[in-house]
Amino acid sequence: MTNDLVHATAAELAAKIHSGEVSSVEVTQAHLDRIAETDGKVHAFLHVDTEGALAQARRVDEDVKAGKAVSPLAGVPLALKDVMTTEGVPTTVGSKILEGWLPPYDATVTRKLKEAGVVILGKTNMDEFAMGSSTENSAYGPTHNPWDLDRIPGGSGGGSSAALAALQAPLAIGTDTGGSIRQPGAVTGTVGVKPTYGGVSRYGLVAFSSSLDQAGPCARTVLDAALLHEVIAGYDEMDSTSINAPVPPVVAAAREGLSGDLSGLRIGVVTQFSGEGYQQGVLRSFEAAVSQLKELGAEIADVSCPSFDHALPAYYLIAPSECSSNLARFDAMRYGLRVGDDGTRSTEEVMSLTREAGFGPEVKRRIMIGTYALSSGYYDAYYGSAQKVRTLITQDFAKAFEKFDVLISPTTPTTAFKIGERADDPMAMYKADLCTIPANLAGTPAMSVPSGLSDEDGLPVGLQIMAPALQDHRMYRVAAAYEAARGAFGGPSL
Amino acid sequence: MPSISRDEVAHLAKLARLAVTEDELDLFAGQLDVILQSVASVGDIATADIPPTSHAVPLTNVFREDVVRPSLGQQQALSGAPEAEDGRFRVPRILGEEA
Repeated sequence: MTNDLVHATAAELAAKIHSGEVSSVEVTQAHLDRIAETDGKVHAFLHVDTEGALAQARRVDEDVKAGKAVSPLAGVPLALKDVMTTEGVPTTVGSKILEGWLPPYDATVTRKLKEAGVVILGKTNMDEFAMGSSTENSAYGPTHNPWDLDRIPGGSGGGSSAALAALQAPLAIGTDTGGSIRQPGAVTGTVGVKPTYGGVSRYGLVAFSSSLDQAGPCARTVLDAALLHEVIAGYDEMDSTSINAPVPPVVAAAREGLSGDLSGLRIGVVTQFSGEGYQQGVLRSFEAAVSQLKELGAEIADVSCPSFDHALPAYYLIAPSECSSNLARFDAMRYGLRVGDDGTRSTEEVMSLTREAGFGPEVKRRIMIGTYALSSGYYDAYYGSAQKVRTLITQDFAKAFEKFDVLISPTTPTTAFKIGERADDPMAMYKADLCTIPANLAGTPAMSVPSGLSDEDGLPVGLQIMAPALQDHRMYRVAAAYEAARGAFGGPSL
Repeated sequence: MPSISRDEVAHLAKLARLAVTEDELDLFAGQLDVILQSVASVGDIATADIPPTSHAVPLTNVFREDVVRPSLGQQQALSGAPEAEDGRFRVPRILGEEA
């Protein structure tokens, strides 16, 4: 029974809970037990909120018993990335600088989850301040990929995706600044969606790069991701960059896609994302996906987006620039760590000592790169030029979407690499985000859906689907159709 | 293009309020140089006629009615403070040798 509950999809669990076949408390306890059994190996969670989760589950069970209407995911457990504030529950962002901090308020995403009756199991591990592609930059130790514990689960949201793959939760929340939802999804064999920029509120999402940061749903199936997407999306007056437009009909699109018919749909294959640096098994998996999409009736052709070759350099100027500004708020005065305040030191000295002690190496590197790129004399050459590349990338997307309904590529150039393999080489690490970054720069939606396992190493591969802004439902339709055609590809044994 | 010296890294660290160690200066000087060389290519394609994009969504100022709404109380706002005194954040001295 317990085993069945952790294998079930969120949609299946919701149906069982709402019909009274099983209680949310049973479902929640089964997942808490699974976490207790497996997280010693995986380390997906930084904090498990047993009490809070069971209390929420009991509330949902009471509502179901009383015959009250409950929302579609009420009673279903979820793993929340530790970048979202949770009132009274630790929120570290994977950093020592916020160790022990108990936020006085909920992020909008947290609030919406609670209001929808979703059961938050706890907070998941991540690269410090979401800066990284492996979760190795967490100040609390790395997360291990359930498919191979010696390998990375991707990053920055490696904890959320690993929790899904390890059957610790059927749903998770991630945030995606340059690929932090999609790349972990790809390397753990799970679904990860970056909605249109502004589609989900950033209020209470600890900021890294504000013009790129976007929260989104993670799940093991496309329909589950869609159900979660509709819970967290929507305009929020607390986020002035939130889009005041109706939420794209992603659940309906996912259900429509399950019919398996993509007749007449035009799909562009981005030619920039193949060739040197791409693992053969990844490319073969991608080609197989292309064939299956053709069988479903899609019309597929190549499309060139030349500026995408410059997305990675532009990103590694824009994101650090915004981060150097955003992380100035960690000043040791209002919350978080304070180091060296012995009564003799000035505020500035305490600030510098605290930031030195509280931030890890990758965060320091990015703050300094950003400080450099924004400094007078270098601004035009670096930050200014990167912003122009951003314009070119947006134009390339616009041109491609004149001819195609969606674009596709592999989500990542390689399958999961070994823990430690790229830790001392920042540029090698950054290349894990090669295919995912353009959608962040353009603000367009993109998702990763598993395309099975690489034939050379047996590790999961992701298919990336990209759509125009506010057309998130298009990619859900394609992903659901593809998922049904692809079929099951097994799971990790833990 | 760039070659970033140890002194420049020390200056950046000072601007960014990071009390980096001597060992870190050596490490970061090398790494920042590699990173900056790898990203400098943006300058090659960014010609004068291309307008910059700061944000994916065209943004204008967002206003709301100026009405009082519930917000964090004093106790909640101070709940995470490293040190508080008399309902205020207590900070190290801000005037001194530098003044």
